Amino acid sequence: MNATWSRFNITSIVLGFAFLYLPIVLLIVFSFNESKLVTVWGGFSTKWYVSLFHNQGLMDATWVTARVGVISATVATVLGTLAAITLTRYTRFRGRLLFSGMVFAPLVMPEVITGLSLLLLFVAVGFDRGFFTVTLAHITFTMCFVAVVVQSRLVTFDRSLEEAAMDLGAPPVKTFFQITLPVILPAIISGWMLAFTLSLDDLVIASFTSGPGATTLPMKIYSQVRLGVTPEINAACTILIAVVAVGVIIASIANKRREIQRQLDEQAAQRG
Amino acid sequence: MTHIAATASSSTQPAEALLTTLAKGFVNRLVIIIPYLWLLFFFLVPFIIVFKISLSQTAISMPPYTPVLDFKDGVAGFFAGFRALNFDNYTWLTQDALYFNAYVTSLIIAGISTILTLIVGYPIAYGMARAPATIRPTLLMLVILPFWTSFLIRVYAWIGILKPEGLLNQVLLATGLISQPLVILNTYTAIFIGIVYSYLPFMVLPLYSSLEKMDYSLIEAAQDLGCPPTGAFWKITFPLSLPGVVAGCLLVFIPAVGEFVIPDLLGGSQTLMIGKTLWNEFFSNRDWPVSSAVAVILLLVLTIPIMFFQQAQAKAQEQGR
Repeated sequence: MNATWSRFNITSIVLGFAFLYLPIVLLIVFSFNESKLVTVWGGFSTKWYVSLFHNQGLMDATWVTARVGVISATVATVLGTLAAITLTRYTRFRGRLLFSGMVFAPLVMPEVITGLSLLLLFVAVGFDRGFFTVTLAHITFTMCFVAVVVQSRLVTFDRSLEEAAMDLGAPPVKTFFQITLPVILPAIISGWMLAFTLSLDDLVIASFTSGPGATTLPMKIYSQVRLGVTPEINAACTILIAVVAVGVIIASIANKRREIQRQLDEQAAQRG
Repeated sequence: MTHIAATASSSTQPAEALLTTLAKGFVNRLVIIIPYLWLLFFFLVPFIIVFKISLSQTAISMPPYTPVLDFKDGVAGFFAGFRALNFDNYTWLTQDALYFNAYVTSLIIAGISTILTLIVGYPIAYGMARAPATIRPTLLMLVILPFWTSFLIRVYAWIGILKPEGLLNQVLLATGLISQPLVILNTYTAIFIGIVYSYLPFMVLPLYSSLEKMDYSLIEAAQDLGCPPTGAFWKITFPLSLPGVVAGCLLVFIPAVGEFVIPDLLGGSQTLMIGKTLWNEFFSNRDWPVSSAVAVILLLVLTIPIMFFQQAQAKAQEQGR
């Protein structure tokens, strides 16, 4: 394999990754810029981080975003997991085509349409726009991403494990919690994280469905970006990137540990 | 259903077995019903409402449209409402060239960006698929990682790079490649860069997964038989990676048509895209019925690619089983 990994392949990967990472790296570097001009280096400084923490509006928005993210990701994970089970386990029921359509379509649906349609629903049923409606909207579009992630794990799941448990007399619900859930747990966790970051990230749907008092961080960043690029926004973005990066690293370490543990268990089982 | 029979025989009590079956039936139904109802109420019903409101008229009130087709006056009132429906918003869309241009421009921009993303993404995916198996998971992780950082931030980062006094121009001026700063920000070029950059992982991942499964001895065989490398690529590699190409292109094209953040932040006020038009119609002009009509047409335009996408997903799911 190594011999066929030609210079062309390596060059395209290096260039590709440079393209993917350079903008983010530059953004982080310039958040430590002394100068107010974002693109002119004026020496190292952390003053923008200090002023960030004194920006009450930004801090409020961060708090709203974090709460929306945690609540919506958690509910979306439950609903998305149920949807994934439905898609993989129940191949025949009335309206299955509609169901799979409703799970897959939001993945590619332009956000302006999702946002507008949810807003009109909330107005029609008389929900006050605010924290609650943003959360509902985020649950709806992120649960479909969770469903796809969990489903990809479920299709490779060995069902004979479940059958064995039930043959031994375990009721279905118990079987699910003791056999199925632990096996698909890594997928559920990554589904939760995906839902959380999608919620953290969303500008368009939140702008449509939010009301007074529920300004999310992306909405705040967006309104400031429109006024001009400032190092303070760079600092806010850097913190956001750092939070997500730490989360991803912890999750992948946890995943790796579990994988190693599983291999050790398997070896132990083989030795008998 | 073998396990039910097994439970029944082992418990020897038919009543208990019946109870288990009933419980299982109930749980089964609940598993389907909860997400089903949620999606019906929060995904399908909203579209029906959008369609309904696209047929109403703007009014200065809250909500800013005249009521249509509600049951306030009973069933008779509901049917009377049909006569009051008006397609003015749709006629308006066809009369004002702005909307037509916005739809066409969006489709063209999304199409060109999709092709550019494919051209940029293919070599990356190919290089990854041919990388030593030990470093492939790391490469995969590196492609997914930017996806976790905020979309808004990634678009924002490009403003600092593409500005007239931005980093790209500074570098190009310093190296003497250009004598005048290039105007890239607030042009269509900036939109192309933004879309290619933001959607690249969506293209690379499906391409990678179909290229990774490929049997490379086929290419060796072709080359042994005297086929030049480019010939082997177009005759073997590319056709075999076609499912990945289709999936990747749909994943980029469909959201790109309705994209708002990228044309708004990188394209400036001069560029015209339908997502931006809808946003302005809603937030600046406060014309809910017209923005609903824009959304309905956008959805109709995207129905065919979305159905293709859904079919591709369903097929992938079948194969996975």
